Amino acid sequence: MKTGKSLFLFFQPIFSVILGLGIGLLITYAAGESPWNVFQIMVKSAFGSRYDLGMTLFYATPLIFTGLSVAVAFHAGLFNIGGEGQLEIGALATAAVGICFAGMPFPFAPILGVLGGILGGALWGAIPGWLRARRGSHEVINTIMLNFISAGLCSWVTLYVLKNPDSQNPETASIGVGYLIPQLKFFAEAPVSVAILLALLAAVLVWFLLWKTSLGFELRAVGQNEVAAKAAGIDVGKIRILAMVIAGGLAGLVGVSEVLGNAGRFKIGMSPGYGFMGIAVALLGRSRPLGVVASALLFGALHKGTSDLDFETENVTRDLSLILQATVILCVSADGLWSFFGNRLKNKHQIKKNLKGKLNFPVKTKSEAESSSTVTP
Amino acid sequence: MNPIVEFRGICKSFHGVKANADLHLQVKKGTIHAIVGENGAGKSTAMKILYGTYQPDSGEIYLDGKLWGGRMKPWSSPSDAIHCGIGMVHQHFMLGAPQTALENILLGVEPSPSWSSWLPFFLRPIDYQAARIKLNQISAQYGMKVDLDAKIENTSVGVQQRIEILKLLYRDANILILDEPTAVLTQQETEELFTNLRKLCQQGKTILIITHKLKEVMNLASRVTVFRRGRVVAERDIGRTSVEELATLMVGRKVNLQGAIPSQPKLGELALEVKNLSLDGHCSLRNLDLHVHGGEILGIAGVEGNGQTELLQALLHPKDQSLKGSLRLLGQDVSHFTADRIRSLCVGVIPEDRHREGLLLKKSVQENFLLGLQRRPPFYNKGLISTKKLTHEVRRIIDEYDIRPKSADVAVSTLSGGNQQKLIIAREFEFPPRFLIAAQPTRGVDVGAIESIHRRLLDARQKGCGILLISSELDEILALSDRILVMYEGKIVAEFQRGQVTEQVLGLRMGGASA
Repeated sequence: MKTGKSLFLFFQPIFSVILGLGIGLLITYAAGESPWNVFQIMVKSAFGSRYDLGMTLFYATPLIFTGLSVAVAFHAGLFNIGGEGQLEIGALATAAVGICFAGMPFPFAPILGVLGGILGGALWGAIPGWLRARRGSHEVINTIMLNFISAGLCSWVTLYVLKNPDSQNPETASIGVGYLIPQLKFFAEAPVSVAILLALLAAVLVWFLLWKTSLGFELRAVGQNEVAAKAAGIDVGKIRILAMVIAGGLAGLVGVSEVLGNAGRFKIGMSPGYGFMGIAVALLGRSRPLGVVASALLFGALHKGTSDLDFETENVTRDLSLILQATVILCVSADGLWSFFGNRLKNKHQIKKNLKGKLNFPVKTKSEAESSSTVTP
Repeated sequence: MNPIVEFRGICKSFHGVKANADLHLQVKKGTIHAIVGENGAGKSTAMKILYGTYQPDSGEIYLDGKLWGGRMKPWSSPSDAIHCGIGMVHQHFMLGAPQTALENILLGVEPSPSWSSWLPFFLRPIDYQAARIKLNQISAQYGMKVDLDAKIENTSVGVQQRIEILKLLYRDANILILDEPTAVLTQQETEELFTNLRKLCQQGKTILIITHKLKEVMNLASRVTVFRRGRVVAERDIGRTSVEELATLMVGRKVNLQGAIPSQPKLGELALEVKNLSLDGHCSLRNLDLHVHGGEILGIAGVEGNGQTELLQALLHPKDQSLKGSLRLLGQDVSHFTADRIRSLCVGVIPEDRHREGLLLKKSVQENFLLGLQRRPPFYNKGLISTKKLTHEVRRIIDEYDIRPKSADVAVSTLSGGNQQKLIIAREFEFPPRFLIAAQPTRGVDVGAIESIHRRLLDARQKGCGILLISSELDEILALSDRILVMYEGKIVAEFQRGQVTEQVLGLRMGGASA
């Protein structure tokens, strides 16, 4: 029984994803394209070559970080919409460290950069966490507000404090050479760096934290039933703050991939909304670390796969990516749909069984059976 | 005459655990039929199958000799059940708190004036006047009075239950299923409920009542069916059975209903000292003085809503309350402590509302057992949880406390109320507490489990643990307490020593009568 259920839990998201993709692709038919053709273009563009695969991984990396961030907060009963702000502050902190201590040699420099990113994000997560725990103001409002504040703050720091003197672009000066982390040569020109390995490590650590440590247990207990957690002697406020600190720190790691692994500097508008996509990633991955990694890969593939549609098709643009994300999420979150189909299957089975066993009691005609359904005793 | 309800060979299992196995049951029209059994014996499951909440795996139910539901549509849903005149009052009431009684009763069956029949149903106005007329008629017929305009949140549990019953009658239910109707009622409210049920029965309604309280069965029902481990083990006419026989049938062995008479308490040091405590709340506490020694059980008797909840909150979360007065627990001034610091003094708590304050309903038995113990060795080791020791220990307590189903991985929400309570008790007694707050410790728990919970409380007392027992069950208070305080409207109105008081006197004082 148990294995049957967990198998279902494993396959249900996969079926949902296939269904969602199918529905989304049918929309391209309405736009006058062949869905099969569009699908082929997408697959080729996402996985066609080493470079394509590398780009998919490159897009997936920040999504793993932000997805984990949302997932951790979610387990503690908090809704972290502030991934965007946390990743900006984290990335800016990474860049700031790289600029201020530009002379640092290689093995130490990236570590310092990573710590900077974690600290920056964690600080930005701690603010709404503290406000929720000690002042009772809701984290949804505060994280959204902090996204705006961080956007303003990052612009100001970039343009007035750390400005690149040699460029008209809104970007900081470049970080020290020692900070650049190696890119994976296997993927040709694609800017995918060892940050993807860090992301996978982060997923493992999050899993370990949530399911193997006392802190993780307390975090999940608070998320499940705050009153009971409090009565059991858990300091709910402290756990809330910690959860947001961890969530912020995870989001702050996006800077490792973007700043240390790719651009070598912080750019305004660097993130195309990774923080918000992290919510969808966590939702699709059911807030499980493995699920988050899988769904981040899917979203990365969608992002890369749709990028060639602009050139290769007449009527469909890369915005299809958003439609596909939406249909996939709708199908995954429609739990009721699956139990509905499940029950239909079970009922059919049931009817067969009942018909087989009918010799045990008086057989009724069909009309009798129907009339008895409206009996009023 | 056909039985009005007949179960023929109903089987139902959840995740491989058999809840009902080959169930046969017949209920006569116009009778009160009681269904008794231990927690997890499958009583509620059987009734939920009748009500259409669950689909059985096999077997059939006949209503008045006719198959309930057609063959091609093997089972029906609660809405079909209501249509066929079956109504159910759940253990946890299903009422919208901010709405009025009238709105709750009408929900889903709002009448509309005849002129509006051409409108789509969601645009039709609600004809409150017609509803009131019908409800007044029902109230008069069965003698059940309810203020239709009272908001649910302002009514007592007894009234809420009456509203639930009215809801069914308004839908023309002929078969009423009541799941543990008296679990939350005071004695007076219970009496009133029984009078009402008898009236309903005289008017031809059939009543199925699930309960643990055998005295009430003897008092109310005409026939009783005993469930054990998913099967019907006996059916008896009330005239030909006794409480003792039913208890033995339920548990499968002889039960000591009286409980051992505890020896003289060996008083230890002062465990809890409350002086001049005042607190504003739903029912404000006024100048409360009480003390509990180690090795002593102090019983607080009182009708619910007379300040017990506030007292519990003050003891467990002193810092969050704006309380006046002094609060000393195990030798420390705790009036500014948070719950985690209170807990760190080795204080056990059996909460009043286990779903809200005691359990993580969606999590497994194992994780619920760990709640509150996650920072204590042997389960805690340098920040990590030692799963091996935990699994081992959980397996042990499941056996020792007889928690059913015997699985550590099922979600706690699928356990019956009594088994949930056993899990909480197991957790709170895992490390012997120095002080225990036990609020309604046997609410919704069957006789076998009550016996074991009471034994554990007395054992803890013997070992020097001070216990504050808050209960609205007079039997329980009288059987366990060394001293009894009566709480009424936030004040202590009387104090008795063990054996100095009878149930009647206690009941009167709880109702506010002066000596």
